Amino acid sequence: MSQAIKIKSLSKSFGAIDAVCNISFDVGYGEVLGFLGPNGAGKSTTMKMITGFLEPTSGTVEVNGHDVLEDPLSVKRSIGYLPEGAPAYGEMTVKSFLNFIADIRELSGSLRKNRLDEVIETINIGTVIDQSIETLSKGYKRRVGLAQAILHDPDILIMDEPTDGLDPNQKHEVRNLIKKMAEKKAIIISTHILEEVDAVCSRAIIISSGKLLFDGTPEQLISKSDQGNIDHAFRNITVPSK
Amino acid sequence: MNGILSIYKREFTSYFVTPVAYVFIVIFLFMTGVFTFYLGAFYESNQADLEPFFRFHPWLYLFLIPAISMRLWSDERKSGTIELLMTLPVSITDTVVAKYLAAWSFTAIALSLTFPMWITVNYLGNPDNTVVLASYIGSLIMAGGFLAIGSCISALTKSQVIAFVISVVICFMFILSGFPMVLDLFEDWAPQAVIDAIASFSFLTHFTSIKKGVIDIRDVIYFAALITFWLYVNVVIIENKKAN
Repeated sequence: MSQAIKIKSLSKSFGAIDAVCNISFDVGYGEVLGFLGPNGAGKSTTMKMITGFLEPTSGTVEVNGHDVLEDPLSVKRSIGYLPEGAPAYGEMTVKSFLNFIADIRELSGSLRKNRLDEVIETINIGTVIDQSIETLSKGYKRRVGLAQAILHDPDILIMDEPTDGLDPNQKHEVRNLIKKMAEKKAIIISTHILEEVDAVCSRAIIISSGKLLFDGTPEQLISKSDQGNIDHAFRNITVPSK
Repeated sequence: MNGILSIYKREFTSYFVTPVAYVFIVIFLFMTGVFTFYLGAFYESNQADLEPFFRFHPWLYLFLIPAISMRLWSDERKSGTIELLMTLPVSITDTVVAKYLAAWSFTAIALSLTFPMWITVNYLGNPDNTVVLASYIGSLIMAGGFLAIGSCISALTKSQVIAFVISVVICFMFILSGFPMVLDLFEDWAPQAVIDAIASFSFLTHFTSIKKGVIDIRDVIYFAALITFWLYVNVVIIENKKAN
């Protein structure tokens, strides 16, 4: 298994606040890494540093052998990223937005057409394709964000709460999609839904107050609880007084 | 290059999918008309030229250009799309230039729609059309100067209102820097060379010579340097402060 993402002693502080402290981990192809932790734990900040949106205070991020600070464009080309809240240009229609992403990702000819058709089909946004994004429901907006992230068939997918705001059926579809893509890609998702970790992730990492507290398989995580319960294990790890 | 083109295309078409473009163009045309015929006394002057038309462009741009530029970056910050934009494989410089060129092209369209003025003056008399052409080019270049300031200021804040107000103030200082109200501030203590330098920053001084039909290379260099400077600062601001 080759390493897609290598993170070495990564830290980020905003003024006096240490959002991420000295985190190191690798992600290989074929892995789905679940990023867990309470709100404000530093999950999104870590993802933002991997995708090149935030600069680390110290430490390094390497994506496919490219350092994110030295060669940001190569890193950005190989990553598909769904930012927190799935931001998109509201005044655009879904179709023109995806065409814009296809332009920027340099997809052309039949490949472009095939990818657009395929993504619209798998994400199931064909019915809203001519609507402007600001008129869509939260679930559809999230799906447009997903479509944008996977359009260029990236090696590496980073998704900040991909199932937030989706109904149970849509959650199920997105999980299946992630599982289907997992074979060839390296995927990082952050989530608050612990059952999701068991359902789709091959590995889980728990961050709290910027520190890495757990790194292992979902089975190992469950074994941290004497009740055999993932919620209980999560609390054991993240609530220090217990 | 591909990145610049894609972002340019997206930005440019985005003006026309909302009412912004149409409202702006109508107001711009209406205001140029009012200024030319009433304040500029176009008919009364009995001269076949467009000087009364171009004379008020700096003042119109003072308010209208910041209204275009205020959303350039503030809106990206506010809606969070800056995170999407900055994680796409395009350099910050390319993005800044693409957004700026899209806004400038839009201004060029608004300006070109004043062509009935040109037809009118040609119908009424025999104006020197090379002077008219030079004035149009000068006006467009000056609009580019205002836009570069506005784009840079817009990168500083996620509030469009703040971006608008600060841009207007800075543009106002650039218009007036040749006038006593700005120069008096420096008169007492600054050496003459500094005062001359400040006076030479005035948009009005540079526009006045272009308006006479003379496109002096020094005026072009002035505006080119000004635009480059503000866009460079724009890039630096975004580089250092992508997230809020």
